Amino acid sequence: MSKLVVIGDGMVGRRFLEAVTQRDPSWEVTVLCEEPRPAYDRVRLSAFFDGVSAEELSLASELDGVDVRLGEAAVSIDREAKVVRSASGEYAYDKLVFATGSYAFVPPMEGADLEGVFVYRTIEDLEAIKAHSQGRRHGVVIGGGLLGLEAANALKLLGLETQIVEFAPWLMARQLDEAGGGILKQHIVKLGIGVDCGTGGTKIEAVDGRLRMETNREGVAYDTDLIIFAAGVRPRDQLARDCGIEVGERGGIITDLSCQTSDPDVYAIGEVAAMEGMCYGLVAPGYSMAEVVADRLAGGEATFPGADMSTKLKLLGVDVAQFGAMEGPLSTTYLDPAHGTYAKLILSDDAQTLLGGMLVGDAEPYPLLRASVGGKVPGKLADLLGGGEIEGALPDGAQVCSCNAVTKGDIMGAIHEQGCTDVGELKACTKAGTSCGSCIPMLKQLLKEGGVEVSNAVCEHFTQSRAELFDIVKVTGITTFSELIARYGTGAGCDLCKPTVASILASLSNGHILEGEQASLQDTNDHFLANMQRNGTYSVVPRIPGGEITPDKLIVIGEVAKEFDLYTKITGGQRIDMFGARVEDLPKIWRKLVDAGFESGHAYGKALRTVKSCVGTDWCRYGVQDSVKMAIDLELRYRGLRSPHKLKSAVSGCARECAEARGKDFGIIATEHGWNLYVGGNGGFTPRHADLLLSDVDTETLVRTIDRFLMFYISTADRLQRTSKWVEGLEGGIDYLREVIVDDKLGICGELDALMEKHVENYADEWKGVIDDPEKLQRFVSFVNAPEAPDPKIEFETVRGQKFPAGTTERSHSTPVALGTPTRK
Amino acid sequence: MQTICRFDRIIPGRGVAALLEDGTQVAVFRLHDDSLYALSNLDPFMDANVMSRGLVGDRGGEPIVTSPLLKQAFSLKTGICLDDETVALEVFAVEVLDGQVRVGVNSEVKASA
Repeated sequence: MSKLVVIGDGMVGRRFLEAVTQRDPSWEVTVLCEEPRPAYDRVRLSAFFDGVSAEELSLASELDGVDVRLGEAAVSIDREAKVVRSASGEYAYDKLVFATGSYAFVPPMEGADLEGVFVYRTIEDLEAIKAHSQGRRHGVVIGGGLLGLEAANALKLLGLETQIVEFAPWLMARQLDEAGGGILKQHIVKLGIGVDCGTGGTKIEAVDGRLRMETNREGVAYDTDLIIFAAGVRPRDQLARDCGIEVGERGGIITDLSCQTSDPDVYAIGEVAAMEGMCYGLVAPGYSMAEVVADRLAGGEATFPGADMSTKLKLLGVDVAQFGAMEGPLSTTYLDPAHGTYAKLILSDDAQTLLGGMLVGDAEPYPLLRASVGGKVPGKLADLLGGGEIEGALPDGAQVCSCNAVTKGDIMGAIHEQGCTDVGELKACTKAGTSCGSCIPMLKQLLKEGGVEVSNAVCEHFTQSRAELFDIVKVTGITTFSELIARYGTGAGCDLCKPTVASILASLSNGHILEGEQASLQDTNDHFLANMQRNGTYSVVPRIPGGEITPDKLIVIGEVAKEFDLYTKITGGQRIDMFGARVEDLPKIWRKLVDAGFESGHAYGKALRTVKSCVGTDWCRYGVQDSVKMAIDLELRYRGLRSPHKLKSAVSGCARECAEARGKDFGIIATEHGWNLYVGGNGGFTPRHADLLLSDVDTETLVRTIDRFLMFYISTADRLQRTSKWVEGLEGGIDYLREVIVDDKLGICGELDALMEKHVENYADEWKGVIDDPEKLQRFVSFVNAPEAPDPKIEFETVRGQKFPAGTTERSHSTPVALGTPTRK
Repeated sequence: MQTICRFDRIIPGRGVAALLEDGTQVAVFRLHDDSLYALSNLDPFMDANVMSRGLVGDRGGEPIVTSPLLKQAFSLKTGICLDDETVALEVFAVEVLDGQVRVGVNSEVKASA
């Protein structure tokens, strides 16, 4: 068996391992990894400060035939003997791959080794920065490029007053020109971060337990608590140098286009490789190199296809994009300091061909522009630069999603041949837009181009979307459907718009849902406060908050079910459903339930259903927080809250996640320090794990954030759109959601809080409101002229000791089917 | 014609179920303009007496009731299912006399007219 040794387990190294084991599983692979943990997503490293854990950043997977030796650095290579040595072992190789990546560059400066001075490269670096920032207030970042801005964001998230010091005359000098750098600076200064360009540190000293950095500018020094060097990276080529492999003048292991080094049995991939002398600091070219070497090792002939160095990022909430050439024969720019946007296009000398460009503040045209580099300018310059409506004249071969290599042709095929009609379907079908999401606006445009009408109109009576109707009702204070349809719609309404408006009125706390005209808008389930079943009977679900119930209450449910001859079943939401109730029996059933202290469970409504829980610290030896109490508190807080679709939740008392919170619209998982909040999960037809929104927060922050999440969803979602689809459909996704409901980017949090406060104050049990009101009670009859006469058509039969609707059970129950056992012939 | 209830017993925009002397079940709807319609209460798709509990409205101007079970729409005027024109609900005569709602089979109305 041939032996393959890989030095380094970073993003590119891991991609290589996956590629090589997939193509040629015969290699016996050893990986020497200096870091104490396997590969993680270094591109998203800063998400660590947003509460994403090291585990969630991990890219590790079990690979057959691969031995990953964590914390074991390679220290020397004997190319004669073909052996790599670590401190504790020796590994023979037939082929050797360098995937050692880069190290953070620290310019030679006195005091750069003092305590409180860091680099920004590994999870360990970030952990050290986090620990050091505790109780301190000021930090300096040296470097105003990509990495420096990431580091500045991190310090800001840690609550430090932050200063960027950049030697170049403007920010992101490698991607932007002076005007672009200026607009970017304007955004960053607005966030309260200091920016000092054209300045270099010269010396760091420890002064009174703090740090002082002198600069090259007369009289300018910074007193601070913490300094991060983010001034670029250098290839980690020392091992190669030591064993005589050729390296470049400015560092990096020299390779040809097949990634082979000066030693034919040794390859280099990723940031350590100087391919034909050129080092690439992005992950995408590194991934290409990984594929090339995997192919070569399997006997293939692949060569490096060239790199697209285009980038689009959101740094500190600001869109920045650069694509194609930085300079060219012609250029045209657009600068809008009032809105903080800048755009520049580089053109051929006849102004017909797009060569490159940059965007700051608004990168919406990026996917179109990037895909058009080298081709015809895809629209009027004024529209491209000024954010006007752009008519897509993109060729079919143009790449729309660079993360997943999806072309316009692929998208159009999915629209025309596979019948995709919205962004969600395109995502599922083509994978476009599933990684960074920057091409989602482009997908919408292509849907339009493909003739798909994207209409959010509620129905034929309202051209508005549900969100627009919500705003209208909120702003105008309209409280009746008839006024709303008279002023903003047409016709008499239908089974789509009536319940939608009923839900909006209820979300905005307009009293009992069966009061006045609202009664005529409710779907049958809401109208009878129970779930209609196939034979016209109803099911009854009392609320059991958190799934906690006393024996006495259990007995009451049992007695009620017996008295009214109801089929009983435990639901998935930790409560008990009673089926087969005749409409005329509902008030009698609820009289007994209400007297015993039960309330409506809203199983019939587009509303909060349940908040499941595990037993948490009360009983479980693993629990770290009181999940039952939290679940009960949340269920009582949000009970009765009407929403665009049903809402489910769960609280788990530890990371074992027994309550399955990540499958819920909002799920809470206890940590040793507080709570993690996940949103947008779903079971059902299209399962989706919820995304982490917050981590390690206290109860007050948790509840306030859920309040806002729910009210923002209720205010803006489409009819029957679950939170999972809603979160997916948000441009900017979970990060945008966090900006809105945590950072209050739109300035609406106060209003969201007030709406939820109003809901909590106005909550009243709907069933109690009915059984105490003779007018409402008289609707619960089988026949208006024979209130107590049962519908003779409703018949039951008995199966497994309980009743079932007659006629439905024949096939499924009369002949028991032995599941999973072979039929004897 | 058979009296079933007082007119103001029916909420505008909703229906009630009535049991005729011969055992027939009728769904009677009052619209917001106080017009009345009466159809068979039996949902032909699910074979359950639930039509009176459906939502009323209009489709392209035609007054409709929607089955509360699987949401098929039926014309309140003709009883014809707009989602499957091979299916129709029986239409009944309905009128208000001295504040009382009265329902009868259609032939009775024609005979008395």
